Amino acid sequence: MDGSQRTSMSRPAIGRSRARARLAGCDTFPKVLIANAKDFAGRPASREKDLGIWQTWTWDQVLEETRKLAAGLSALGARRGDKIAIVGDNRPRLYWTMCAAQAIGCTPVPVYQDAIAAEMGFVIDNAGARFAVAEDQEQVDKLLQIKDAHPNLETIVFEDGRGMRHYTQPFLLSFDKVQEMGAVLLARDPGFFEREVSQTKGGDIAVMLYTSGTTGQPKGVVLSHTNVLVTSLNACELDNLTEDEETLAYLPMAWVGDHIFSLGQSYVAGFAVGCPESGATVMTDLRELGPTYFFAPPRIWENILTTVMIRMEDAGAIKRWLFKRFMDHAKRAGPALLDGKPVALLDRLLYRLGDLLVYAPLRNTLGFSRIRLAYTAGEAIGPDIFDFYRSLGVNVKQLYGMTEASVFICIQPDGEVRPDTVGPPGPEVEVKIEESGEVLFKSPGVFQAYYKNDKATAETKTPDGWVRTGDAGFFGADGHLRIVDRAKDVGRLADGTLFAPKYLENKLKFFPYIKEAVAFGAGKDFAAAFINIDLAAVGNWAERNGIVYGGYAELAAHPEVYKLIKGCVEQVNRDLSRETTLVGSQIRRFLVLHKELDADDGELTRTRKVRRNFVQDRYLPLVDALFSGAPRAHIETEVTFEDGRKGRLQADMGIAEAERYPLDVLKKAS
Amino acid sequence: MTATGGRRIGDVLLKVEDISLSFGGVRALSGVSFDIRKHEIRAIIGPNGAGKSSMLNVINGFYHPQKGKIIFKDIARTDIGPYDAASRGIARTFQNIALFRGMSTLDNIMTGRLLKMKRNLFWQALYWGPARREEMEHRAAAERIIDFLEIQSIRKVPVGRLPYGLQKRVELGRALAAEPELLLLDEPMAGMNVEEKEDMCRFILDVNDEFGTTIALIEHDMGVVMDISDRVVVLDYGKKIADGTPDEVRGNQAVIDAYLGVQH
Repeated sequence: MDGSQRTSMSRPAIGRSRARARLAGCDTFPKVLIANAKDFAGRPASREKDLGIWQTWTWDQVLEETRKLAAGLSALGARRGDKIAIVGDNRPRLYWTMCAAQAIGCTPVPVYQDAIAAEMGFVIDNAGARFAVAEDQEQVDKLLQIKDAHPNLETIVFEDGRGMRHYTQPFLLSFDKVQEMGAVLLARDPGFFEREVSQTKGGDIAVMLYTSGTTGQPKGVVLSHTNVLVTSLNACELDNLTEDEETLAYLPMAWVGDHIFSLGQSYVAGFAVGCPESGATVMTDLRELGPTYFFAPPRIWENILTTVMIRMEDAGAIKRWLFKRFMDHAKRAGPALLDGKPVALLDRLLYRLGDLLVYAPLRNTLGFSRIRLAYTAGEAIGPDIFDFYRSLGVNVKQLYGMTEASVFICIQPDGEVRPDTVGPPGPEVEVKIEESGEVLFKSPGVFQAYYKNDKATAETKTPDGWVRTGDAGFFGADGHLRIVDRAKDVGRLADGTLFAPKYLENKLKFFPYIKEAVAFGAGKDFAAAFINIDLAAVGNWAERNGIVYGGYAELAAHPEVYKLIKGCVEQVNRDLSRETTLVGSQIRRFLVLHKELDADDGELTRTRKVRRNFVQDRYLPLVDALFSGAPRAHIETEVTFEDGRKGRLQADMGIAEAERYPLDVLKKAS
Repeated sequence: MTATGGRRIGDVLLKVEDISLSFGGVRALSGVSFDIRKHEIRAIIGPNGAGKSSMLNVINGFYHPQKGKIIFKDIARTDIGPYDAASRGIARTFQNIALFRGMSTLDNIMTGRLLKMKRNLFWQALYWGPARREEMEHRAAAERIIDFLEIQSIRKVPVGRLPYGLQKRVELGRALAAEPELLLLDEPMAGMNVEEKEDMCRFILDVNDEFGTTIALIEHDMGVVMDISDRVVVLDYGKKIADGTPDEVRGNQAVIDAYLGVQH
C-alpha cells in the first residue's frame, strides 16, 4: 500500500439543489434572510423554551425582529466596519443579532460565554469591539469589569435584565430598548434595512471567530460571507438538508461549528434552530424537540452512552437481558442496514423486532427518534461508542474540520462510514499531505486572515492558497483521510520508536472510567500517562463494589481504582502490541490525578482539549516522578474555584506500573 | 449592589409584643418584642435552643403563645392557625426540609399555589373551562418561579432524588409560590457548601429586591447574616438580648459573650 499511497484528493461541487437555485442572487446572510422571509414565510426559524413552553418565530418574524435590531444598532451609532461582540448562551435573539450586525455592515464577534473576564477582555480588545450584546447579568458583570481597561467598548446591550434594576450606567441598554429605537428609525425611513443590506457584498467579513487556542493567545479567524455561505451550501447539498430539518443549538455560539450548523446551514436550507432552556436542560429539550439533524462532539456521545449504560445496570433483570440480547444483534446487523448493505432476512426480521422492543424506545428516550443525520468531530470517537449509535439506527458520521476552513474539510458520505477515518474531502475541497505528514487543504471556506496577526496568517496560509492544518494524517486505500495527531505532537521515544500521544490518550479515553488522559514520552525511554477518572462512571462502579469514598481525590487515590485503571491501561497496551509501529510505545507507568483537569485552571481549552505543554509544566514533579521510577509523587497546585477565587491543593499520589506485551504476531486483520 | 441597594424600607409590617411561650415547665420565649419593617431582611440569631424556631412558629401561627400580641398588617391577634397565617400572606421554609419527596419540583411548587386556587375539587378534576384557565395561570406562576430560581433542569425530577442544596431551593420556590408578603426562612443555608450558600444568598437578595418581599430568617452562618440582613435580633435562653443593625449587634458585649464567644 505504501508505494501507491495517495497524497492528495479533491471532490467537485455537487452543485444542484433547490437551495442553490433559490439563493442564486444572495451573496450575504442578510440577503438570504430576506429571501427566506419570502420563501419560507410562516415556517419556523427560531425556537426557544420560555417558562416551560416552546416559543416559535417564523422566518418572516425573524426578519422583522432583525430589521428593528439592525436599525436600533445603527441608531446607537454602529457604523460599517464596527465590531459587535456577542456574549451568551444560545439564544434566538443573539443569533438575530449576528445577522442584524451583518445587515448594517458590522462584524459580529461571538465570545465564549464561559470565558472569564480577562479572556473576554482580550477578545474585546483585539477585535476593537465598540458594542457588546450580552445575554444576562452574569455576562454584563464581566463586561463591566473589563470596560474601564478597554475604552473601545462603548455600549452594552443586554437581553435579560433580571437583577439589573439598579444598574444605572448610561451605556447599558436593554435589547427591547434598542429594538424600540430601531422601530422609530424605521418609521421615519422604511427602506433603511433593505438599502443597508443591498450594500453588503460576499467578500465582506461575515464573522470573526476566536479559536480557543491550544497554544498561546486566541486568534480571530476572519470569515467572509462567501466562506460561510458556500461552505454551508455545499454541506447541505452533500447531506440533503432541507427546510424540514429541526435542530438544537447548544454548543457555544463562539465556536465555528455552531456558527455553521445553527446559522449558516439554517439560513441556507431554511430549517428551524431550537435553543435549550438552559445548559442543564439540553437532554430534556433534545427529547422534546426531536431534532432531525444533530451535532455532538465525541465527549457528548460518550456521556449519553455512559448514562444509558448506568441506567441499564440499575434496570430489572428482564430489561437487562432484552437490552443485551438485542444490542448484540444490533451491533451485527444495525450498521449494515444503515449503510444499505445486504443483510440476511432473518437478521432483518430480528432487527425489526429489536427496533420495536429496544431500539425505538431507547432512541425516543434520548431524543433521537427523528434523527436523520448526526455528525461528530473535534476528537477521535471510540469505535464502541460510534458503533453503538449506528447500530441503533442513528446515522452518526465523522467529519474533519476547523475554524480556518469554515468547518468542512472532510465528511463521510452515507454508506461509507467508519469509526477510524474522517472521510474523503467534502465538495469543492482539495486535500494534500506533505512529506512531514501534515495535512493541507484548499476550499471556498478558506479563511481570509487572522485578525491583526499577519505573522500567524503567513505561517498558516501558503502563498498559493493552501492552509496548514497542523494535523498529521494519511489517506487510506479507500480514499478516506485518517488523522493521527497534531503534527507537532507526534514525537519519538529515546530509542526512536514513534510516539503519538493523542493516539494513546484516545485509546485510554475510550474506557468509560477514564475521562481524560495525558501521555508523555517524547525523548524518554518509555511512555507514561496521567489519568483522570470519570467521577460518574467510577463512582457508580465504586458503589456497586462497596467502595467507600469521601470525594473525587479520595476515590482517585483508592487502590481498587488503581487496579481498575491498570486493567484499562493494559488493555490499551495489548492493542498497541498488535501494531508494528506502535508496539514500543506501550504505557509503562501511570498515575491517577487527584483533581479533574479544568479549563478554569488553564489545563483544558474552552472546547475541553488538553493543553499538553501547560499540563506538563504545571505537574512537572509528577512527570519527573513517572520517569524516575519513584513509587509515589507529591504535588502542590493552585486551583481556581468557580467564583474566580484561588486556593492551593496538595496531594500525594501513587504511581503504578502496567504490564507490557510483546509484538503480537497474529496481527489483527485489517 | 448592596443589600440595601435601591429598595426602600417601609413601615412596620409585623410586630411581636411581649411574647411568652412555654411547653410545660420549659420557657421557650419570655417577653420578646421586636418588629419587622416592610421590604427589610431581618435576621433572628442566637445559640442553639435560644428560641429562634419557636419564634418563627409563633409568627406563622403554629405555636400559640401564652402571653403577648402579634400585630400583622395592623391587625392584632393571639391565636390563629398556620392556614390563616398563610392566607394572610406569611409563607415559610423549614429547618429540616418539608417537601413532598415523591412529587416533582413543579408539583411541589404548585402546592404553594394552593391558597390561590379558587375552583373546587370537582372543577379541577373536570379540568374544563374556568378550572383549566385557572390551572394554566397557576402553572405560569410556578414557571416564573422556576425560571427565577434557575431550576428548569429539575422541573420534573422527584425532589427526593435531588441534592440537599437544590431541595432547599425548591422549598424556597414553594414558599414564593404563595406570593407572600412576609417570608420566614428557617436556616435556609444550613448544611450547604460555600458555593450553595452564595447562590442562596443571591436568591434571597433577589427575592427581596425583585418582589419586594419582606424576609425574616434564622441563620447560623454569621458571615451570611452580617452580609445580607438589614437588622438583626439576638435571642438567648428565650430572651431578646440585642436588636439593631449588623454592626451594632456585632459590637454588643452581651451578644459577644452569649453567642459569638469572648474575644481572644
